Amino acid sequence: MDMSAINPVLLLASLMVAATPILLAAIGELVVERAGVLNLGVEGMMITGAVCGFIVTINAGSPLLGFAGAALGGAMVALVFGILTQVLLSNQVATGLALTLFGLGLAALLGQSYIGIKAPVIAKWPVPLLSDLPLIGPILFNHDPVVYLGILIIAAVWYFLTYSRAGLVLRAVGENHDAAHALGYHVVRVRLLAIMFGGACAGLGGAYLSLVRVPQWTEGLTAGAGWIALAIVVFASWRPWRLLLGAYLFGGVTVLQLNLQAAGFALPVAYLSMAPYLATILVLVMMRSGRAPGSLAQSFHASR
Amino acid sequence: MIRLEKRTAPSQFWTYAAPLLAVMLTMACGGLLFAALGKDPFVTIRTIFWDPLFSEFAWYYRPQLLIKAAPLVLIAIGLSFGFRAGVWNIGAEGQYILGAICGAAVGLAFYPTESVFILPLMIMAGALGGWAWAMIPGVLRVKFGTNEILVSLMLVYVAQNLLASMALGVMRNPDAMGFPGSRNLARYPSATSWINESAGLHWGVVFAFIAVIFAYITLSRHIFGFQVRLSGQSPRAARFAGVNPGLLVLICMGISGALAGLAGLFEVAGPSGLISIDFNAGYGFTAIIVAFLGRLHPVGILLAAGLMALTYIGGEIAQSNLRLPAAAIQVLQGMLLFFLLAVDVLTHYRVRIGTRRIA
Repeated sequence: MDMSAINPVLLLASLMVAATPILLAAIGELVVERAGVLNLGVEGMMITGAVCGFIVTINAGSPLLGFAGAALGGAMVALVFGILTQVLLSNQVATGLALTLFGLGLAALLGQSYIGIKAPVIAKWPVPLLSDLPLIGPILFNHDPVVYLGILIIAAVWYFLTYSRAGLVLRAVGENHDAAHALGYHVVRVRLLAIMFGGACAGLGGAYLSLVRVPQWTEGLTAGAGWIALAIVVFASWRPWRLLLGAYLFGGVTVLQLNLQAAGFALPVAYLSMAPYLATILVLVMMRSGRAPGSLAQSFHASR
Repeated sequence: MIRLEKRTAPSQFWTYAAPLLAVMLTMACGGLLFAALGKDPFVTIRTIFWDPLFSEFAWYYRPQLLIKAAPLVLIAIGLSFGFRAGVWNIGAEGQYILGAICGAAVGLAFYPTESVFILPLMIMAGALGGWAWAMIPGVLRVKFGTNEILVSLMLVYVAQNLLASMALGVMRNPDAMGFPGSRNLARYPSATSWINESAGLHWGVVFAFIAVIFAYITLSRHIFGFQVRLSGQSPRAARFAGVNPGLLVLICMGISGALAGLAGLFEVAGPSGLISIDFNAGYGFTAIIVAFLGRLHPVGILLAAGLMALTYIGGEIAQSNLRLPAAAIQVLQGMLLFFLLAVDVLTHYRVRIGTRRIA
């Protein structure tokens, strides 16, 4: 084995790239759960976003439109979940699982004529001046725009939840939907918007996988990333900045595992590939998570 | 203005009518989907839902239905206990794989000895393997309060990697000249789960029927079934009734894991025959649909598994005869679950059309 083949700077830089899809999906789910909805369909929304983003990018030739299409696709399938759980009051756990199964099928169906096509390369956006810094520059400031977008979304969500009135309403709806309803807030409307935001974020995360990480369309390419995003929300105790930490931790395990594979580590590939999933379980066990939003996963029906 | 009014008790009529309505809505929407794919919707629907049972080649398809339905029934029956009690074991696919690996390991260890004890030993190993794999999320939930949905799911991916390493490493057939995959257990008389291959009958089918009867009696007649139902409907009331919630989680997880493991063992020793990289075909996930489609009721699950097996076999026929993409069947199954969840509102709520009285 050749440990010197692993370059720490490249490792940390690719860690940020590896963490981005999960980070995007997780921040969307965080908002959804803060609104009191448990959407287990992240995997399904992600893969729908992945295929929508890929199809739009190939046909329109623009990755920007591709990411927009991915967000739209993710939001649309999330809306199906929203209508079922919020209007038709179905069980959120079962509906979320249904969304995952449906999304996996839908994506496979939509993407079948796109297998084997390579996605166009997305140019990096080095931040002027900062990217020239030694060591820190290539790690933090020499990435494609989506990596920055992910961090920006986290900052925006943190600001929204902590300091804005709308964020307060969203948290109230999530903590106690009956009280929020009594105060005159539209519980169902707030939740539907949150669910669609979650879907759009998951779609972006999926598109990042199919357009940047892989970068081509294959069936089932999310390989559990959506579930890991769900785990990271629990790990982060529903707080945006801890989410960033969780995503990077997970990205680190993934990248290290891939690097060890490439360096010819003595363990067989199959065992190394288990590492991210085992790490997620370990993290779930060790982190006694904070308190979940009070109304999480409960249906809201405004009886008189 | 349309609004929903909660019923005081679930509607008897809709409890039975809702699944039928969901199936009909799925057929209608599926028809639209098939039309959009450029297939004749009526021919496709007939191919999927009618031909496996009543066409001139039905003598070939009917045994296939048994083969597909048996693992679904076994896994879904196990899951239904947990789902009723609010224990969400989503990782049955992983327990299915582990059951197959453990059971096959015992069978392969005895190869080529012939003895009547080999299959029973394999069955025990398969059930134990699935049980042990399900105990991981179960114990973690009881001891550390970890979310069992996420842990059981992560373990599916771990199990898939384990399966790959087994098929390529320890369990690889030494006589296969380097091809991945184990020896074929279906061709090893002491280890095969087949009873009558041409009739589609293997021990998994027998066990599936036993599981249905066992579950029916347990849920309706035994104190444990009462505790399971009580815990799901009102966890607080269950505490007062003396239910030990931790033990209940472990038992529910254990039952579902052991049954999923059994399903995997019977599959590997019969229809599939060998441990290979792509041995698992998603039964563990489809069984979740089956459990809900059957309303978590043993007899319902039996019927639902039959319906789901029908879409599998019908889908395969449509794939070869009409060139329908395999993913379209997956979408159809997803739709079925969506519609089922949607029409469930009719069971618990009354739809009122009139002036709006709530803010």
